[in-house]
Amino acid sequence: MKKVGKPVFFIIAALIVLMGYLTVYGVTTTYGDLTRTVIKSINDVRWGIDIRGGVDVTFSPPEDILETVTDEQMAAAESIIQVRLVSQNITDSEIYTDYNNKRIIVRFPWKADETEFNPEEAIAELGATAALTFRANANRDADGNPAGETATDIILEGKDIVSAEAAYTETQSGAREFMVNLSLTEEGAKKFEAGTERLIGQTISIWMDNTMISSPTVQSKISGGEATISGSNFTAEEVNDLANKINAGALPFALRTENYNTISPTLGLGAKDAMMLAGVIAFLIIAAIMISFYRLPGFVAVIALLGQVLLMIASITGFFGVFPSFTLTLPGIAGIILSIGFGVDANIITAERIKEELRSGKTLDGALNAGFQRAFTAIFDGNVTVIIVAVILMAAFGPPDGLFSKALSWLFFMFGPSTSGSIYSFGYTLLMGVVLNLLMGVLASKLMLKSLSRFEALRKPSLYGGDKA
Amino acid sequence: MRQFDFIGNTKKYFAFSIALLVIAFAAMLIFGVQLDIQFKGGALITYSYTGEIDRNEFTKSVQELLGQGVSVQESTDLATGKQNFVVSLAASQGLTAEKQLELTNALGEQYGGAGLETVSINVVDPTIGNEFLLKSLLAVAFAAVLMIIYTSIRFRMISGWSAGVMAVAALLHDLLMVFASFILFRFPINANFIAVCLTILGYSLNDTIVIYDRVRENKRLYGNRLSVAELMNKSLNQSLKRSLMTTITTVASMVVVSVVAYIYNVESILSFSMPMIIGMLSGVYSSLCIACPLWVLWQQKHPEDKAK
Repeated sequence: MKKVGKPVFFIIAALIVLMGYLTVYGVTTTYGDLTRTVIKSINDVRWGIDIRGGVDVTFSPPEDILETVTDEQMAAAESIIQVRLVSQNITDSEIYTDYNNKRIIVRFPWKADETEFNPEEAIAELGATAALTFRANANRDADGNPAGETATDIILEGKDIVSAEAAYTETQSGAREFMVNLSLTEEGAKKFEAGTERLIGQTISIWMDNTMISSPTVQSKISGGEATISGSNFTAEEVNDLANKINAGALPFALRTENYNTISPTLGLGAKDAMMLAGVIAFLIIAAIMISFYRLPGFVAVIALLGQVLLMIASITGFFGVFPSFTLTLPGIAGIILSIGFGVDANIITAERIKEELRSGKTLDGALNAGFQRAFTAIFDGNVTVIIVAVILMAAFGPPDGLFSKALSWLFFMFGPSTSGSIYSFGYTLLMGVVLNLLMGVLASKLMLKSLSRFEALRKPSLYGGDKA
Repeated sequence: MRQFDFIGNTKKYFAFSIALLVIAFAAMLIFGVQLDIQFKGGALITYSYTGEIDRNEFTKSVQELLGQGVSVQESTDLATGKQNFVVSLAASQGLTAEKQLELTNALGEQYGGAGLETVSINVVDPTIGNEFLLKSLLAVAFAAVLMIIYTSIRFRMISGWSAGVMAVAALLHDLLMVFASFILFRFPINANFIAVCLTILGYSLNDTIVIYDRVRENKRLYGNRLSVAELMNKSLNQSLKRSLMTTITTVASMVVVSVVAYIYNVESILSFSMPMIIGMLSGVYSSLCIACPLWVLWQQKHPEDKAK
């Protein structure tokens, strides 16, 4: 084994201090008014709804018609919810549609600086039957609500529409032009014919509740109940979205909400501070145990553990500004604390081994080499079991688009996505704890301890638990 | 260092474990198993208030507004000093968001003077709850299977399958202990239970693996000079200090969490950290005193299966 140079310990320690500074304070650059986050600080952690409060709700179609609901109708229902979330100014939301079990799961946190937010009202509004209207012109007031003749002159309503479908045609040059094909009921066709005749050259705006979703211009009188909304700038995604929203307006049912969870922000914030305090206390107690039992290897273990905790925080914030932050919940914090307790396991196995090798009469360098080498298989095998568990936790409790949920979808295919999000975060911190432990508790600890053992003053076997010479 | 004779005391350990399991089973019969509404469906609404509200009167108001029976429990939040009412509804009748909105508004009018506020609402559809329970149990079973496979492959040298199966016997022991702790602490069985079970699966096996690893190494060192029992006893004693130290640090971290969670009344964490402590203690005990002696018994009964 190559000798590790004396400065290695200080380089690693300096890196950990640097890492600590970056993780806690972050790095931002400011050009004029624009602040760009290069490295995220601890304040950029995305807290779960069990901490900052929020809503977790599962919508489903009424039970009596559940069997007949199609995938298109589920997609339409999802787009109603999306429009309504945006119109309620809720931008930080997650939506998952489970087509197999016909459910839509929506999660959103309490809005910042919102004092009078009524979650029950928000849920009731999200699930209500959509009011789709086609209105004359596109006049809006300051709040974006219909104004003037747009408010009073309604041409079509949701019940007049049979379906909307995204489509495209190819122009002579081969470019695709995207459009939405509308099919209207008999009565709708009559109303639309009259409306388009009256408004040739003007716009007809399409609204969901009080949000305008499109405002095409009437090219000619449309009769026969088949209409097309096209535009040269439409993308495939836009026409899909518009078709979904129009279908949503034609949806013959309101969504049922018999599964929801709301938490006020006051409840979780105290809990978060309490858990942070628990984390600090646990770290200090474990540091004291390690140093008093294992002396120098214990001291190295504490530094490595600090590095591990900092890296774990970085893996939650995403560290670099471009990566999204992972949601951290109360069980997630518990996972970090558990990793603090468990993280020193690698150091304990190694330190015990070094002690044993010293007592069997090996020299210090021989004992260090043998200790690290022999301890590794046990540490590795032990960590693999925890990794297996963490991956299963993330797959079973995670959102359906998660990496592990997809990997294990063959196992959980019968079941819908988890309706409770807080355990997922625990699986993630557990996984990160184990992976980073292999880096800090094994590799960094080895380098640091070997580097320190090069100093003459630190070569007494008693510092490593050996018998006093 | 004094050598403990783990293998010699096998019968005592088994008797101790069986006694514990009998107590747990008795507790289950006495207290019954409470399933959290997460799994069985139902509704749980927490209100906080600062003034004076009579519980019976409050219960009557809620029952009139909802037109169904409810139970209301009182608790005090030590962190904020506020009083809480926890209203629970049976699973049979769903509570729609609209109905819940009516309830909150009506209660607000009636008790707004006493500072009544909604803290949390948790409503679970029984179908979704049952499905969630099944999915969780499948996850635990799947994890156990993977553990057997992994241990068997890694410890082919000390006759893999028996090592894997014995390790899982110990895991079953730990899971039963975690289950018993939920019953004794009167925590309802919820998602935390599954998270703890899975974590303990990984954690307890980790202990067993460190010992097996030592057996593997000693096997190489001593070959057939030591009997199976001697080999195991030597390995157990060599890894004993480590097993105890790791248990101390992990249990210490969870004790800190439990104490802080108790003081600040964070029940969602308390029902996580306390069973975790029990699971960890059971995990180290079962590795030392169940999995390894069982493996020795197996090896003595099936000498043809002995490691090559």
